[in-house]
This record gives sequence, structure tokens and C-alpha cells, in this order.
Amino acid sequence: VDAFRVNVIHARQQVRSPVTNIARTSFFHVKRSNIWLAAVTKQNVNAAMVFEFLYKMCDVMTAYFGKISEENIKNNFVLIYELLDEILDFGYPQNSETGALKTFITQQGIKSQHQTKEEQSQITSQVTGQIGWRREGIKYRRNELFLDVLESVNLLMSPQGQVLSAHVSGRVVMKSYLSGMPECKFGMNDKIVIEKQGKGTADETGKRSGKQSIAIDDCTFHQCVRLSKFDSERSISFIPPDGEFELMRYRTTKDIILPFRVIPLVREVGRTKLEVKVVIKSNFKPSLLAQKIEVRIPTPLNTSGVQVICMKGKAKYKASENAIVWKIKRMAGMKESQISAEIELLPTNDKKKWARPPISMNFEVPFAPSGLKVRYLKVFEPKLNYSDHDVIKWVRYIGRSGIYETRC
Amino acid sequence: MTVGKDVSALFPDVVNCMQTDNLELKKLVYLYLMNYAKSQPDMAIMAVNTFVKDCEDPNPLIRALAVRTMGCIRVDKITEYLCEPLRKCLKDEDPYVRKTAAVCVAKLHDINAQLVEDQGFLDTLKDLISDSNPMVVANAVAALSEIAESHPSSNLLDLNPQSINKLLTALNECTEWGQIFILDCLANYTPKDDREAQSICERVTPRLSHANSAVVLSAVKVLMKFMEMLSKDLDYYGTLLKKLAPPLVTLLSAEPELQYVALRNINLIVQKRPEILKHEMKVFFVKYNDPIYVKLEKLDIMIRLASQANIAQVLAELKEYATEVDVDFVRKAVRAIGRCAIKVEQSAERCVSTLLDLIQTKVNYVVQEAIVVIKDIFRKYPNKYESVIATLCENLDSLDEPEARAAMIWIVGEYAERIDNADELLESFLEGFHDESTQVQLQLLTAIVKLFLKKPTETQELVQQVLSLATQDSDNPDLRDRGYIYWRLLSTDPVAAKEVVLAEKPLISEETDLIEPTLLDELICYIGTLASVYHKPPSAFVEGGRGVVHKSLPPRTASSESTESPETAPAGAPSGEQPDVIPTQGDLLGDLLNLDLGPPVSGPPLATTSVQMGAVDLLGGGLDSLMGDEPEGIGGPNFVAPPAAAVPANLGASMGSGLSDLFDLTSGVGTLSGSYVVPKAVWLPAMKAKGLEISGTFTRQVGSISMDLQLTNKALQVMTDFAIQFNRNSFGLAPAAPLQVHAPLSPNQTVEISLPLNTVGSVMKMEPLNNLQVAVKNNIDVFYFSTLYPLHILFVEDGKMDRQMFLATWKDIPNENEAQFQIRDCPLNAEAVSSRLQGSNIFTVAKRNVEAQDMLYQSLKLTNGIWVLAELRIQPGNPSFTLSLKCRAPEVSQHVYQAYETILKN
Repeated sequence: VDAFRVNVIHARQQVRSPVTNIARTSFFHVKRSNIWLAAVTKQNVNAAMVFEFLYKMCDVMTAYFGKISEENIKNNFVLIYELLDEILDFGYPQNSETGALKTFITQQGIKSQHQTKEEQSQITSQVTGQIGWRREGIKYRRNELFLDVLESVNLLMSPQGQVLSAHVSGRVVMKSYLSGMPECKFGMNDKIVIEKQGKGTADETGKRSGKQSIAIDDCTFHQCVRLSKFDSERSISFIPPDGEFELMRYRTTKDIILPFRVIPLVREVGRTKLEVKVVIKSNFKPSLLAQKIEVRIPTPLNTSGVQVICMKGKAKYKASENAIVWKIKRMAGMKESQISAEIELLPTNDKKKWARPPISMNFEVPFAPSGLKVRYLKVFEPKLNYSDHDVIKWVRYIGRSGIYETRC
Repeated sequence: MTVGKDVSALFPDVVNCMQTDNLELKKLVYLYLMNYAKSQPDMAIMAVNTFVKDCEDPNPLIRALAVRTMGCIRVDKITEYLCEPLRKCLKDEDPYVRKTAAVCVAKLHDINAQLVEDQGFLDTLKDLISDSNPMVVANAVAALSEIAESHPSSNLLDLNPQSINKLLTALNECTEWGQIFILDCLANYTPKDDREAQSICERVTPRLSHANSAVVLSAVKVLMKFMEMLSKDLDYYGTLLKKLAPPLVTLLSAEPELQYVALRNINLIVQKRPEILKHEMKVFFVKYNDPIYVKLEKLDIMIRLASQANIAQVLAELKEYATEVDVDFVRKAVRAIGRCAIKVEQSAERCVSTLLDLIQTKVNYVVQEAIVVIKDIFRKYPNKYESVIATLCENLDSLDEPEARAAMIWIVGEYAERIDNADELLESFLEGFHDESTQVQLQLLTAIVKLFLKKPTETQELVQQVLSLATQDSDNPDLRDRGYIYWRLLSTDPVAAKEVVLAEKPLISEETDLIEPTLLDELICYIGTLASVYHKPPSAFVEGGRGVVHKSLPPRTASSESTESPETAPAGAPSGEQPDVIPTQGDLLGDLLNLDLGPPVSGPPLATTSVQMGAVDLLGGGLDSLMGDEPEGIGGPNFVAPPAAAVPANLGASMGSGLSDLFDLTSGVGTLSGSYVVPKAVWLPAMKAKGLEISGTFTRQVGSISMDLQLTNKALQVMTDFAIQFNRNSFGLAPAAPLQVHAPLSPNQTVEISLPLNTVGSVMKMEPLNNLQVAVKNNIDVFYFSTLYPLHILFVEDGKMDRQMFLATWKDIPNENEAQFQIRDCPLNAEAVSSRLQGSNIFTVAKRNVEAQDMLYQSLKLTNGIWVLAELRIQPGNPSFTLSLKCRAPEVSQHVYQAYETILKN
């Protein structure tokens, strides 16, 4: 541990690798604000597993006591120990599902005599059983279900407006308040599924699905989803955990609607002046409104003063971040807006050229840029008698910017 | 406790709290026990009772907790009591307890392996694999895998199709972590035929869409491994390839640390099966705020994926990166451009122009890196891009790193005839010759010789100057040697010199830093694990594994084996104290003429402990590798090998004569050789000698034997007046000089002495033969001890028989004098054996290959003139050798055999 402290945490340069080998011992570390979580081994272990575990550990801790900070760790030492004891045994991760853990590790600590025997065996069978993520006997008066499709668009564009790489990574987050052990089936406009269904009338559906369906490059699911079923018939069926969870993640690269286009124009006027003009264009239905738009235009280190003129929103030069930050609260589709700035530079004798970091952008739009649509979500509960119609379902689409950069 | 205070004194009080009903308190007590049981094993026994009781608690959580904690208490006495409850828990009705107990078996095995086997826990564990609960199965598999790892030979996890089937079923049902254990275990299984492999693959593929990237990587590992078994024209093979790509790409949107692990693995996969990801170049484009380690890895993969189809894109990206801020990254990007040029011929021109653009930026490190890269491009496409030389020359002054300077000098030397002021340029470098690094000096020497051969008239003076600088004023043997060779070549036969120095150079290869195929295959089996992150086999960093590298390198000494030891060593190289310096292999011998030689890194590893000895030996090592016997075909020729590959063979001879001339220059030093030195052992413990401790060993260096002694004063008074005497012994060993301990030995002081020995003392046959009785006297008393000396210190340097003699002698010696021995567990091959033995003056007279066995015929001579003939039979792949010894005095055979064994096994 001491070696790790000296060699990694207090190392002067940047961290070169998240895995370090000191004296035949390997240290894996993950940093959360100013807390370092490190795992130590002398063996050839599964590195991916270790990191996954560290992340899960973070999640679990956050679920139990909020933010991971020095203070919180100190205050919850006993709890952390209890948790570790349960989720890790002799270096083998056991169960890291917060929902299940909460049933038998509570913040107050449970008194064993309060539990009946049935309860105890119920807990253990649940922890080890097939459906480790849901306990039995949940009841709600109103069966409700929320579905959020969250997408983040990642883009890298060249100064000439050529898309270098673009992909959408999306998540389907579900909040379920359903009674009993419901079986859910989820459907979306995945190309493969639609083509399968429309086999007979391929021509006809082909035309229509060209617009409607999307090609998903890859998706990953929460452990509650039956993967083998997805593989064979591409249907997503599962028994959801109670409360909020991430049902699936997916990634698409084709036919992405890029909500915004950024057109930069940088001109160097002499050695001490720089002219920047940036135009953004929104590219979606005029009826929709994009929110929280923020464009960040980097400036050289030796900037002495900036004058900004913008047509819409507010723009400010932030010297501490070496950037001009331009904020627009709302913007409708098919609009255009521009900003121009004059940057004055201090003359330096530094030969190094300014690296010109890319212009980055943040926004939120109320649709899914990948074109993903939820087609259906059916709920079946064989034991308790409520049908699919009784469940109130809400679906929401949010498109966010991931790393949305334009080089200049 | 957790803040580092020792609270073990409270042990009894804490144990009293154990019987509480409060689960939280109980857990804390258990935590306390785990920490302190080891320091107070007797007290810990008190806790056993409670443990046993808790194991029968009605609450399964408590039962499991008790078993879990007991496993973590590493006190032998407790483990005995643990067995009974553990057995019960393994059969518990509650799966939670069973799964905990399964892991506990692994813990117990770690503490006391024997016990686990005796108690039959392993069988129970195997039964658990067919348990109905998937979690129990997963933990049982994990435990078994861990146990199997420490017993590589045992077939604990002998998987058969049935058990595989069970595992695959459990795979669908258990938690993410359980899936990892099962997948990792599946990867160790070898299916019988391709059909079975395919069916397993089919059932594993769904895991590729799991959210946990560790599951995904483990699944990839299984698939990559089993794919080997599938025939390539199978439809399924194609689909599988297609299915592998998307998950791998998805891994890149994970957290940076996981990305890093994934990238390292992708790097391996790309080398093994480039077709999987060939269309996915774009995802490896570097993002601005990736952490640096991710950036570097991505760059690496980009180069590997670069092909004619996507080269334009790649180059544009690389150029972008070359203007970034992080110095390391920029350098790598520039290198990458060069590698693209070498890999994709069509793009070379583009690359060169990109590089030139970069040079124009005048950023110091970019320029330097670009020059190094351009040198490589010149090597790949000679005589194609000379037009850029002028630009390069402009930047001459800004170069300050040795590598860039060396590269530039190489370019100037290579194209001397086209650069008008080549001599001026080189002269300017020569001014600061002494301050340059070795790499630059070597390069400069070669370049000037080249220049001289191309323009002999104007540069004679320059060449004289550099040769004298290299040979006379330099401390570096490497440089001197090269200088001498050139000197000889030039003075004896300039035409030959021209052919040697200006020979056609082999083109450099396309892929530079590929991982060796065998290692790659091994690493593919370790996808997802640490080994794949380090790109090293696990034995390289895991303690206690088989074939671990760190068990210090075999003490190799001089003589004819030189493929591995660097040809020369700087005089001040680390000697005896660090026997595990690993010599940089191969490269060091490098390409004498064309490429810059890496500076020699370390001396030959020595086991000698005395320092002055070390220095002599270093010199010896360097020389000997040069002088190695011609017939042996390893030493001498190897030194010349790289150029010989490039020049017509008949030149080899002239080189050879050049070399032997060379030796005349240095022959003053004489033949040096050192045989294997046994590590020092304590001969006389302090207890028996009133505080004087003597440890020592015997060495043979430069034809003389010496006894290296280490005297330690462990008494309270000062010791003086040391003297030593030997009793009569079998080979007449006697001190050649009195024992010289100059200063009085004060308490707790240690002194090291090397006592030269000769073999002219009086002879008396001892039992055993190599027994030596010694008397040491000091101001306190006279002490006697006896020691056994290894026989190989008596093997003399002229112990090599010629073949005829050998045959005659072999027949001459009666058969009853022949003795046969087995040398077990020696992993060396015939070559290594022969060279190692030669280090200790056992000479290989002839080598024959009979029925796939290597037969080595060897001879050695003892100081008293007894010849011993040996036949060593080595079967490749079998670590046991058969040694037959023939000698006129059969009683030495046993000891010769022991000497063989010591030499070969150390």
C-alpha cells in the first residue's frame, strides 16, 4: 500500500496506466473525485473483472450513502465493511445488486431475532436464486412504469464539415412500480426484428422500414434480460427489478440525425489577434425545442482580451478555462445562429504552436437522434390478476450531447 | 484497529462479545478475529467453539458468516476444527451457505493444501458443480479453478461434455460474476472436435451482449480460443467473426480504465485475427479528452489496422495528433506515420510529405522524431526520397537527442556522395565526440568510414581522426572493437572493406513490434486477465509460478556462448551484487554496419562476489565472446554474423583474419575463463568458533583456483592474527599464499578474502574424495572445519581432447569403468548445455544426433592429469539426461556427476 501511495498517487507525472506493477504486485486503481479505490493482486487475475467490480463497488456505495467522499467513507466504515464482506468473498465477487443487498444489509443493521424463519430462507434463496434482483411479494396500488430513452450523440467533425466519426450510445432506463413477478416484453424498431416479421411482404415493408427502423450495431442488456432468447428470436423479455434500472445500452452508427452543425471560422490576423466566427445550425423539426445549448470555443493560453458579439444567448470569456462559453437557453429546429469574437493575444516567444483544441458543444433535444422508437412494452403477470392494460406506461425520449466536437 | 493501532491486547474481551445476537456486532467481532488471530493463536482457539456453534445456527446468514470468517483465519490449529463444520456446510440445505462453503474450500486449500485433499473436500466440490443452484456452481467452479492453478499437474477440472453442458446451463442463470468464473473455466477446456466447439460457441455468443464488460471479454476469450478449431470455410466461422466485432467496439464506450484493458486486448486480437476489426478503424480515432494511456493504445491499434483502403484517413488523423500537446503522444504519432509508410507502400510518398510538413513546424521534439522515422523510411525504400535530405540537413543544429543525432548521421553517411558538404557536417559532429552517447559515437564512426570509402581523397584525415578517437581515447570496448575492425579492414584490404561496409542492406521488415506468435497464442488464452494487459505471460509477473523469470539468471560465464550475453560490457557494469541483470538480447549484437547499436546495457551476469574478480571477469566475458573457438561455431562467427549475412560468404574469411589480428592487439590479457561458482555456504558457524563465522565457496578463474572466504566477527572482541592451513587431501589443494587479513576484525565486521590455491600440496586420498579439512587460527583459538569442494574447480582449461584421441581413449578404458547417471529436471537444450559446461571447462568434443536424441561427447581433465570422458544423451522435450562417464580412476565419476548436476542446474 505504501509503495502504491508513493509510486502512483504521489507520482509527479500524469498517471500512465491504471494498472501498475510494483514489486510483483499489481495495483488496479480507479479514482473518484479525491478517493482512490485500489485493488491489489499477485496473481494473473481477470483485469476486466477487477475494474468492473471497482465500478460496481462505487455504485453500491453511492446507493447506500450518496456521494463518495472522504467524509462519507469515514462515517460509514462499518457499513462498507459489511458490504465488502457480502459482495466479495476471498476475492470472488458474489452479488453486487443493490436491490438485493438492501434486503439484508440496512444502515441500521438488522436484528436477527426479529425475522421469522421463512423470511430468512426467503432472503437467502433470493440472493442465490435465479432472479437475484427482485424480491417477492411487492405490491403497488397503481401499477406504473416509466421508460426513458436516453441517447448521447458523439461526433467528431473536421473543420471542413466532414464527419470523421459519429455514433450514438443510448440507454433505455426503466423505472418500474409493478406488483408481483411481472414478465415484461420490450419491442423497438430494430431493423432485424422488423425485417423478420415482414418477411412475406419484403418489398413493401422494406420501403417503409427504411424510414422507421434503425440498425443497431450492438446492444448490451441488464442481467435480468434473457440473453439466449434475444439471441435466438431477438425478443427482449425480462422480469424487471423493482425501481430504477438500466435495461439496455445500445450503439448505432448509421443514419444518425445530427441535431446541430457547427461551422467554425478561425483567422489569424497578425501575431496578436485572432478572429473567430462560429455558426451553429439546428437540424430537426421546427416544432421541437432544443435546450441548454452550450458552445465552448477554446482560446489560446496567451489570450489577453476577448470581445464577443452574438446574436442569441449569452457569451462570456472565461479566462480560467481558456474558453469562450456561449449559452443559449432554447432554440427551435431549422434555425441558425452565430457568434463572432476577436481575441487579442499577448506576444510570446514560445515557438510551440497552439494545439487548437476542438470546439465542443452541449445540448439536450427531446427526440432520439438515432431514430429509435419504442414499439411496445407488454407486461404479463400470471399470478396476480392485472392485465397489460391496467399498467400506466410513460415513455420519454431525450437526446443529449456526448462528446460533440468540431475541430478548427 | 483500522487506523493502524495495535489493539490485540483486548483479545479476550472481544472474544466474549462473540456470542451476541446482534448481527452487526458479530460481524465486527469476526473482523477483529481475522486481524488478530494470527498474532495470538492460542487465544483464537477460544473462539472456535462459537464458530462451531454458529455453523449450526438456524439463520443461514449466520451459518454462512461463520464459515466465511473461519476460512479467513489463517491459524493452523483452527483449521483442524474447521473441517467438520465445513463438511456440514458444503451439504447445507441452503444454497447461500453452500456457495460460501465452496469458496471456503479454496481458502482452506491456500492455508493447508494437504488437509483439503485428505479430507476429500475436492470431491465434494466437484459434486457441487452439478448443484441445482447456479450461484453455487459458479463458486465451486471458481474455487476449483484456483486450486487447479496451484496444482498444474492434477486433473482437478477434468471437464467432460456432460459437465460442460451443466456449466453452460448454469451460465444462463447465474449472476454476472458467476458468468465470468464459468467462462474463464470454459476457456481452459479443449473440445474434442469442431462440432463440439461450435455448439459451445453458439451457447456462449449471447454473453457478448452482456452489460458487464468482463463477461464480454471472457466470452471473447472462449470464442477466440475455440475458433481455432473451426474450419475457416465454415459459414459459422464467418458469422462468428462478424459477431465479435460490435461487442469489442462497444467496450470502448466504457469507463477509461476498462477501455484501457479492452484496448490492450483488442491489440492482441487484431494481431491474431485482423479481419475482425478491419472495418472499424474510425472508433479508434483518439478523442481529445481521452486519458493518455487510452490515446497511446488507440494509436497502436490504428497502425495495426492501417491498410491501403483507409490509409488516407489514418494519415490525416495522425497529422492532427502530431500537433497535440502531450510530448509522448506526439512522438508516438510521428512514429506511427513512419510505420504507415513502411507498411503501406502506396502511402509512403504521402507520409514523407506529411513528415516534411511536420519538420517545418520546427517544434523540437517533432523534428527529432521525424528524422528518426525518415531514416527508417530510407531503409525501406532506398534511393527514392533523397530529395528531402536537404531539408533534413537544415535542421541539423536543433537535434539534441542521441537517437535523432544518430539517425541523422546515418543518413549523411549513407548518402554521402549526394551531400556536398557531408565531410563538413560529420566533422562538426566529431568535434564533440567525447560528449556524445555511445550510440552516436558508433554511428559517427561508421558514417565516416562510409564517407571515406566513397570519397577517399578528401577525407583521409577525417577517418584517421575518428579511428584514433575511437580506438585510443575511448573507454567503451564496443566502440574500440568496431574501430579496430574498420582499421584492420581498411589497412589490409580496402576493396573488401568497401564490400563489407557498403554492402546491400537488407530491407527492414514491415511490422516492427509484433508479439511473437507463440506468446501471442498464449496471451490469447489469457484475454481479459492481467497477462493480456501487460502483454507478458503470467509467469513473468506472478510469484511462485512455474518458470518464473526472476529466479536469477543462470550464472553464465564467458566462453563460447554469446548469443545472449552482450558482446562487451562497460567496465563499470554491475557485477556480482546483482546477478539478475537481464542482458538485452539479440539486438545488442545488432547490425554492425548499418544500424545504430543500442548502447550495451549490462555485463554478463556473474555470481562472483568479490569485486576485483568481477572486473577481471567482465573483461574476460567480453573477450571470450569474441574469441570463442571457431569449431564450436558460436563465439567468433556469431560476432560477425549480421554483416556476413549481407556480404558474400567468401568475405567471412577476410573478416575472420581481421578478427584474429585484432586479438593480437589485445592478447596481453590472455585466455580468461571462469567456471561456475557455487553460492557461499556457511562452513563454520559462529557458535562453534567463539564468534567467528566463516562462509565461503570455491571459484576457478583464469586457470587458477581460489577459495573465497567471508569472515564475520560475531563476538564482542576484536580478532587479529588470522592464519589458515589445509590438511592433506585427494588432489593436493593447498593455499598458495598466506591468509591476509590486513586490519583487525572488529565486532560485527565482515571481511571478504580471496585465497589463491594451488594443487601442489601433499596428497592423501580422502573419504569422500572431495573432502577438505581446514584449520583457521586467530588470536583467540584454532578452529577446525571440513568442507566439500565441487570437483569442477579442478577441471583444467586444456581439457579438450581431439576426436581421434577421444575415440581411442573411450575404447581403451574398460567397460567396467563406465558409470551411468541420470540428471533430472534440466530444461536446457543441447546447445545451452554444451556452452554452459564449457564455461566450467567441460568440453564438447563432438555432437551427434541419433534417433532424435542429441549425443554430446565431452572430455575434461583434472588438475592431477586424470581424463574423464563423458557421453551425455539429451532427448528433446525430456528434462532428464543420461550421463555416461568413463575414466581410468572410476572413483571420481560420482563427483564428476555431481559437478555436472551443479553446473547444469544453477
